[in-house]
Amino acid sequence: MVTVDSAVARDSWEARVARSGQNAWSGILFGVGLAAFVDEAVFHQLLHWHHFYDGGTTELGLISDGLFHAVSWFATIAALFMLADLRRRGALWWLRWTGGVLLGSGVFQLYDGLVQHKVFSLHQIRYVEDLWLYDVTWNGIAIALLVAGVVLVVMTRAGRARRNIDG
Amino acid sequence: MVFSALPPTAAAFAASAGSAASAGHPHAGAPTLDALILAAAGLALFLYIAAAVASRRGGRPWPWHRVGCWCAGVVAAVVAVVGPVADAAHGDFVMHMWAHLLIGMLAPLLLVLAAPVTLALRTLSVTPARRLSRLLRSGPATVIAHPVTALVLSAGGLWVIYRTTVFGAMHANPLLLLVVHAHLLLAGYLFTAALIGLDPAPHAPRRTVQAVVLVLAMASHAVLAKTLYAFPLAGVPVASAHEGAQLMYYAGAFVEAAIIVVFCAQWYRAAGRRVVPGEAAPGQASPGHTAGRLPARASTAVTSRSAG
Repeated sequence: MVTVDSAVARDSWEARVARSGQNAWSGILFGVGLAAFVDEAVFHQLLHWHHFYDGGTTELGLISDGLFHAVSWFATIAALFMLADLRRRGALWWLRWTGGVLLGSGVFQLYDGLVQHKVFSLHQIRYVEDLWLYDVTWNGIAIALLVAGVVLVVMTRAGRARRNIDG
Repeated sequence: MVFSALPPTAAAFAASAGSAASAGHPHAGAPTLDALILAAAGLALFLYIAAAVASRRGGRPWPWHRVGCWCAGVVAAVVAVVGPVADAAHGDFVMHMWAHLLIGMLAPLLLVLAAPVTLALRTLSVTPARRLSRLLRSGPATVIAHPVTALVLSAGGLWVIYRTTVFGAMHANPLLLLVVHAHLLLAGYLFTAALIGLDPAPHAPRRTVQAVVLVLAMASHAVLAKTLYAFPLAGVPVASAHEGAQLMYYAGAFVEAAIIVVFCAQWYRAAGRRVVPGEAAPGQASPGHTAGRLPARASTAVTSRSAG
């Protein structure tokens, strides 16, 4: 005998399992976009620590910057439409989505901090003496976000949700 | 690819800046061209509005917001080539970039959202409508309308304009300038239509192909903007090169964001046609059930993919 309430919850968990990947990807894409937005709004526009171009920028750096500029715009908007799609299907799984956001922002920040800043010399975090301190903090935060994201995404694998349906 | 070693452009831009300041009117022989452009724009407005009115009289109202898009698109394109903005753009790189954004990005977006081909098919009499439809389905038209072709023409065209001698030469020759502007408008239209076109598309491209093309075009635009910052064009003062390049990078991104929103909204709507709330029992969702949850398509709205 299934009551109305449990039928709704049951539907919802089944939908979550069916859309487990979309939940994670929507979060990851939004995370990439969010990290890029914070980078642009806070570090370029408000603090003026980052430079649009700093003379030492390599050509690969310009191409990488252009690609990530494009990907982050697209990712932010697409992620929100995917989120709306999950919601109307009753398949939205906030915990898994949040894990995706942390994972996506960690990956972008680590790529930005190691590859774009250091390998491609796109620009530095701040033009000061003890830059290494900024680099360590930047990449430390990136790794923390990344690890937290991986933990949440692994914790919310489809199998776990399936146990929720059965239990 | 070595951005810094790209060929320098002629100094005609700076020279024309001087003549613009002294002579008041920057390009000799331009009045005739200006009159031609205004006549073409007037004709475009007249034909579209006449068709919209005809469609309404025929019992199939054409949405007013599309008429608004068409008029705004034509005005945006004209402002970039005739009048004060166009004159200032002749010697000022920042104004040049505004004109470039208007004619190459904003005008094409507005014109595509006006769905002119659908309106034409709806109002033309049977024989010309069939001819137009056959033309759109022909091999060459399919190749030209493909997103990858549109990407090469629009993004590639920009690199040719800014990183060869074209930029310098077009400011010395009004006719070449007109050709470049026409290219920006047409390539921009083709590109926007290939990604978010509302008009019937006989061979609608896959969404993943469209998404990749969109991201690559945006990336190319951003990289070009940064190279214009890093290696200013000949005859452009460093300060205005920096301002113009940043305008291209940031303002361009807003028009691109509008294209992404329309692109995603089209996906959302198409995915919604298959939506089953809760997804517990596929096949049970009646059209009446989903209509309450999804933005209902106005009966007058243009059918995008299914129309082809």
